[in-house]
Amino acid sequence: MKPAAFEHLRPDTAEALAGLLSPEAKLIAGGQSLGPMLNLRLARPARLVGLSAIRALGEIREQDGMIVLGAAVTHARIEDGDSPVPLPPMLRHVARGIAYRAVRNRGTIGGSLAHADPAADWITALTALGARVVLRSAAGTERRVAMPGFVRGAYRTALSPDEIIAAVEIPAAMRDAIWGYDKICRKVGEFADAIGALALHPPTGHVRLVAGATGAAPLVLAEAGAELARSARHPAIPALRDALAAALPGTDPVKLRLLATSLSRAIAKVLPA
Amino acid sequence: MAKPAPPEQQQGTGEMTSGIGARVLRKEDARHLNGKAQFVGDIKIAGCWEAAFVRSPLAHARIRGVTKPAGFEDRVFTMEDMPDLRPIRCESTLPSYKVSDYPALATDKVRHVGECIAICIAPTRAEAEDLAEAVTVDLAPLPVLADIDTALAPGAARLHEDWDDNLFLTTRHDGDLSGAKARAAVVVERSFETARQAMNPMEGKGVLARWDHRADQLVVHTSTQVPHLIRTGLSDCLGLDQAQVRVIAPDVGGGFGYKCVLQPEELSVSWVARKTGRAIRWTEDRREHLTAGANTRQHRYKLTAYADGEGRLLGIDADIWVDIGAYSVWPFTACLEAAQAGGNLPGPYDLGAYACRTWSVATNKPGFTPYRGVARPGVCFAMELTMDAIARAVGKDPLEVRCLNLVPGAAMPYTNVTGKFYDSGDYPAAARAAADMIGAGNFAARKAAAAAEGRLIGLGYACFTEQSAHGTKVFAAWGLPLVPGYEQATVKLAPSGAVEVRSGNHSFGQGLETAIAQVACDWLKLDISRVKVTMGDTALTPYSTGAYASRGMVMAGGAVSKAAEELARRLRIHGAHLLQCAPEDTEIRGGAVWNGQASASFAEIAAAWYLHPDRLPDDVDTAGLEVTEGYKPAIDTGLFTYATHAAIVEVDPESGRTEILDYVIFEDCGRRVNPMILEGQSYGGAAQGIGSALFEETLYDSAAQPLTSTLADYILPGPAELPHFRLGHSETPSPYSRHGIKGVGEGAAIAPAGAIVNAINDALAPLGAELTRIPATPHRVLGAILEADAAREAAE
Repeated sequence: MKPAAFEHLRPDTAEALAGLLSPEAKLIAGGQSLGPMLNLRLARPARLVGLSAIRALGEIREQDGMIVLGAAVTHARIEDGDSPVPLPPMLRHVARGIAYRAVRNRGTIGGSLAHADPAADWITALTALGARVVLRSAAGTERRVAMPGFVRGAYRTALSPDEIIAAVEIPAAMRDAIWGYDKICRKVGEFADAIGALALHPPTGHVRLVAGATGAAPLVLAEAGAELARSARHPAIPALRDALAAALPGTDPVKLRLLATSLSRAIAKVLPA
Repeated sequence: MAKPAPPEQQQGTGEMTSGIGARVLRKEDARHLNGKAQFVGDIKIAGCWEAAFVRSPLAHARIRGVTKPAGFEDRVFTMEDMPDLRPIRCESTLPSYKVSDYPALATDKVRHVGECIAICIAPTRAEAEDLAEAVTVDLAPLPVLADIDTALAPGAARLHEDWDDNLFLTTRHDGDLSGAKARAAVVVERSFETARQAMNPMEGKGVLARWDHRADQLVVHTSTQVPHLIRTGLSDCLGLDQAQVRVIAPDVGGGFGYKCVLQPEELSVSWVARKTGRAIRWTEDRREHLTAGANTRQHRYKLTAYADGEGRLLGIDADIWVDIGAYSVWPFTACLEAAQAGGNLPGPYDLGAYACRTWSVATNKPGFTPYRGVARPGVCFAMELTMDAIARAVGKDPLEVRCLNLVPGAAMPYTNVTGKFYDSGDYPAAARAAADMIGAGNFAARKAAAAAEGRLIGLGYACFTEQSAHGTKVFAAWGLPLVPGYEQATVKLAPSGAVEVRSGNHSFGQGLETAIAQVACDWLKLDISRVKVTMGDTALTPYSTGAYASRGMVMAGGAVSKAAEELARRLRIHGAHLLQCAPEDTEIRGGAVWNGQASASFAEIAAAWYLHPDRLPDDVDTAGLEVTEGYKPAIDTGLFTYATHAAIVEVDPESGRTEILDYVIFEDCGRRVNPMILEGQSYGGAAQGIGSALFEETLYDSAAQPLTSTLADYILPGPAELPHFRLGHSETPSPYSRHGIKGVGEGAAIAPAGAIVNAINDALAPLGAELTRIPATPHRVLGAILEADAAREAAE
């Protein structure tokens, strides 16, 4: 389990990085997902471009009502609240539950989003929080993609080959969100079998109920979310299961049950069942 | 003039802080905790190259050709390059057994994913893997025997083409069940399945071979439990005289049975080292382990139990299938698992009538290898779930049904229905003790209180015996090509007055290095820091068949005991001369020979013997202060450790997750040499058993492609998944072994699946769901609940 030979570059500025982007190049930040794939030779890029020397990618700040997390901010920093601006409590809670501390020390929020493993935490949690992803092209132009649209499917995102994830932006109002997050996995630290996430912010009308680890992109349950916000009542598990079954045709009954359970448990953190 | 050995168990009064019974910290831990241990991967030899294997991507295929990358023909080797390397070949004396060749590198066919086809060498592993990728293998796919049913189907392809079916072995035990059937008030029928597993020692296999021109020897450093056996196997296959092979097992990071057989990689690496004159190392990586090393535990059962209205067992009728995989491993063969399964199914129970048929089925998977507990985790799971099913059928407490059927102390020694000789103990007492420890008396109230909160909790038991240190007759009856007998050890007083112990057995995490030193301390009455233990090097130690079958402590410990006893006798003779008294008037304590207030220290005696023989009489016994003795227990049918495990679990019916709320082990393994090491063995074994019960499973698709090739897919329990184990012990010394010791290395891995799944089924009983397959994953638990729901709805 040794990687095939590759060229390894570590630019220290965004400009230098821009010149290195190409379809043959693969970006690496913490390497917690890409590293094993390189070792298994499932990924065999000719060129590996490390992001950890670019300081700007590790910054956290607040700007225009958004909390901006640089793409190379590690899960551990979020878990620890190691940030010049306060982070939403849900963000820190989710970070704490990602894999193991050794993984969190190296793994980054941007890397997790770019990898888009359907069972990973950030794609689901950030969808619930109404986050958007800042994508920067080699030419220096930026575009912002809201979270439900960024993940296109299992391991598929809106990233173009000449773009990097520069940052993640989360509405600062989410510091006051009412939230619930639940993850079912076979073992502490393993990838999830089901994730339920709920974030509510009545002043701004934000309501997001999301099922994660579906095997595809996180599923936003808009109707069920709106209904629970309106009624302030915990939906019945069979109703959640029916909503999931309608949205995820062909999913086996056990998986549906797990997804419904984690959704219900996430909601229960906010509204007693 | 040598006195006969004293009666068994005379020694070990526990007066010494390092002797038998002392909770001594392990000698080996300092180097492990400080990262100073030396595993195969730590060995540095100038000019050593690394090896990587080209492994089969298909489960069953004919090899049409292997093309080496141009320019690298001298760095890639196939079986065609090795006409002088004999395949691993296991003979067996069992009548229906079929012999198969297991070549170090595939010849005409590949028979499982991960089978070695070619070995590639380069200065680094990464370069060796590059080379392996560049080798082209032309394979013509053959029909795949992915499971037992496919392999046994009429007209199935043949795994070994000179066979007339796909069966390594069938066995029968034809007891007469007519009386049991006639008298039975209840009949319980169940089918059970256990998953295929990989053993996952922290250190996988590893081998480093080189030719030593000075010694004219092939020197093989390998991560093994059985260095002397590997020497025998290597010299047989390589066509070398045993004198030309030296095997050194350095620190070994876990064995569990995975490393008790001759590995094809040991052969090919050795052959290449000899051929090229280079030191060559290969280190198994985790993907290789999880695919090519997924070689154990997979059983299927169909059981019918007959009992009277009280739950007294009248008879058992069993069919057992073992998914052996493609090859017979040396020396334990493809026979061991089924022979043990059929022989051990009755377990600790007093059973009148027993019939059993076993099938050892050849499939396109890695060849079955004995894993901690060998067959018994499977048979214990099947038998213990059956006991609970009987209890439900007769409406009695599962503990009471067990106690009704367990062999009682008054019946000891007891020969069971398959001829196993249970040497000592009181099995019902252990079951009751476990029940008391876990609070069985008030469990019904606890369960009702949980139910009132909407929680499902359950209590489960599993009882077993662990045959340990079984010897010649037992292994001969299993038809093995190689049968263990005596064990030798050397104990020497060094010139400094320190003691050296040499054993051909091996220590690989189970603490044998410390435990056999304690046995020497017991006779020589000195602190363990004064005992140096050397193991694992065939050049430095007496022949031993090695550490497996829970034999190390009994056999190596027994041999060290005999040698240390004899050394103590000689020390008293020399000490008496220095003290000018009769040997009978001396005693040994505190590292010295004493006569009244006068003493001669071991250092003084050693100085006299080695450096100042003028201080000893002219007619001194020249046998010296280095003693090699051999040992075998008074019986070689094995010493039976026994235990009951009890578990309380909570099952979450919404997520299918099982949480272990309490776990108790009550065990009797005879005299305990080091209770702390024993506790460690219990924790580790039970952790592996919990892995089998709830987590571990090598999954395959219909083409026998392994789907669990990383630790993200193959789930091992971690600290958060394991309970705080609570241990209880009784000590019934075996009348048949030195110091009354019984083996204990495997036991704790045997019972967890039975105890936990019984507890799960107890918890699920209100829902009408029952599990009969392990691991009891959340998916299976939820599946069983959904199925029970559907059945209930259909009935309404």
